[in-house]
Amino acid sequence: MEKATLTFTDVSITVNVPPGTRIIEMSEKVGSGITYGCREGDCGTCLTHVVEGAENLSEPTALELRVLQENLAGKDDRLACQCRVMGGAVKVHPG
Amino acid sequence: MTAAVPGSAPTPAFAPAGPVEIAPGVQWIGALDPVLRSFDALMKTAGGTSYNAYAVRGAAGVAIIDTVDADYADEFFARLEACARYDEIKVIVLNHLEPDHSGALPELLRRAPGARVQCSPRGLQTLRALLGADFAKYDIAPVTTGHSADLGDRVLDFYNTPNVHWPDTQCTWLGDARLLFTCDLFGSHYCDGRLFDDLVGDFRFSFEHYYDRLMRPFRSSVVAALDLLEPLDPAMIAPSHGPVLRTEPARYLRQYRRLSEPRHSFGTGTDKTLAILYVSAHGATARMAQAVLDGAAEEPGVRVSLFDLEGGELSPFVDLIEHADGIVIGTPTINNDAARAVWELLAKLVDIETRGKLGAVFGSFGWSGEAVRNVEARLQGLQMRLPEPGLKVKLHPSEAQLEDARDFGRRLAAHLTGRAAPREIGLTELAAR
Ligand SMILES: Cc1cc2nc3c(=O)[nH]c(=O)nc-3n(C[C@H](O)[C@H](O)[C@H](O)COP(=O)(O)O)c2cc1C
Ligand code: FES
Ligand SMILES: [Fe+2]
Ligand SMILES: [Fe+2]
Repeated sequence: MEKATLTFTDVSITVNVPPGTRIIEMSEKVGSGITYGCREGDCGTCLTHVVEGAENLSEPTALELRVLQENLAGKDDRLACQCRVMGGAVKVHPG
Repeated sequence: MTAAVPGSAPTPAFAPAGPVEIAPGVQWIGALDPVLRSFDALMKTAGGTSYNAYAVRGAAGVAIIDTVDADYADEFFARLEACARYDEIKVIVLNHLEPDHSGALPELLRRAPGARVQCSPRGLQTLRALLGADFAKYDIAPVTTGHSADLGDRVLDFYNTPNVHWPDTQCTWLGDARLLFTCDLFGSHYCDGRLFDDLVGDFRFSFEHYYDRLMRPFRSSVVAALDLLEPLDPAMIAPSHGPVLRTEPARYLRQYRRLSEPRHSFGTGTDKTLAILYVSAHGATARMAQAVLDGAAEEPGVRVSLFDLEGGELSPFVDLIEHADGIVIGTPTINNDAARAVWELLAKLVDIETRGKLGAVFGSFGWSGEAVRNVEARLQGLQMRLPEPGLKVKLHPSEAQLEDARDFGRRLAAHLTGRAAPREIGLTELAAR
């Protein structure tokens, strides 16, 4: 199986994850400061900055795009409750 | 919102009969609420409050800036009608969509359906919920810094100042009058129909208490808003609660600056600060606390301090934490939970900004040990980062366990200075944490 790694820089932890893992599935367990409200791509609370490997994340859905836009998010910001790590290495910290 | 005792309803002091011109072509069309005694379930309002709204007349039409609480809509519409016709309204600016300012909006839109509604992009979400199916019927255009609304001979410029208590907050600038409409920012829950800061009673306490309760938890967003707004050098600040500020408005900006600085911003230079706060019934957690302190103190560039929570008052601890880069909470498990003094402190932490601070928890337990996990969950709820899993010791710590606690302290301090060793873990190890 292809390997993927997800690094949370605010707590200096890298987790080896199966491809397809959502950031939300890991971030609370490692104690990262990424926080959640609705957990379904509506509120923008989980805005997360992608430091490296943005290309290794799933394409944003129309819903995520709208919420990112309404949050005036930067081009490397994503919703941690929505996006998935598809492979390779991704580094994030709370937005 | 809670009202004063029925039957004793006070009448507003010095209520103006109609609209009040606060600058050329700018009318106050708000409402006075002398009855309110509790606002947002967050603070007391001993004398009530006001919901300020404004009408700005330009050659090409009228802009309405914010509305009022639905209970006070009649007062708002009466003042509005005394200075403008509904078909003259070109723009409705919503600087913030909390019900105390958007309450009269649905009715205003029914009366002025052709007006263009301008709010921040973050406001759309609330506006959709507020208007329901009617949302699609109106001309709604989100705006941010750099956008403006043209009233012919005068222009309103928008400034995006998010999270000064709701995600949607923004300010609006009327350049020709150097007048800044700030909605909740710079507000006071103070009810006085004389309207201007130089005419009303002594509202300074209300101005500061309002900051403490509504703005303090959003300190860094307030600072970002000040950075954006200060260069405008307004001649007048028109908030949506309490007096219109026209006497040296820079003073109020400076006061917000002062209030938004951490109270203890002196003394430690560039050092990081880590506060260890503990409770201990039989001394076991206290011994762990001392060991965490000893370990953390080895890290250069970190000032570590140790406090017995039961030995101090809550509010100085809250000030301390507001300024600290990290906190470590020590608590025994008492009746299957953290000690009461810990929960009392944690309950107060909603008063300050805790997002992004480092947090960690340790404690001694007898048989079940729920306290550490419960407090960790709370710290996560406060949006803190918890780089190290909590440290639990059964009853009194052994020498080896004290060394673990020292190591825990060392690692926490290293996370503050950025010298923590990066770790790589697998899913099984993660599940075991
Ligand atoms: C001061 C204040 C802060 C709020 N913060 C949040 C928040 O962080 N997240 C959220 O989902 N809603 C927040 N809200 C929105 C309220 O939950 C919402 O308006 C709710 O409908 C109020 O319910 P109530 O009428 O029972 O008071 C906040 C409301 C107020 C007044
Ligand atoms: S938690 Fe609400 S959008 Fe992700
Ligand atoms: Fe508000
Ligand atoms: Fe308000």
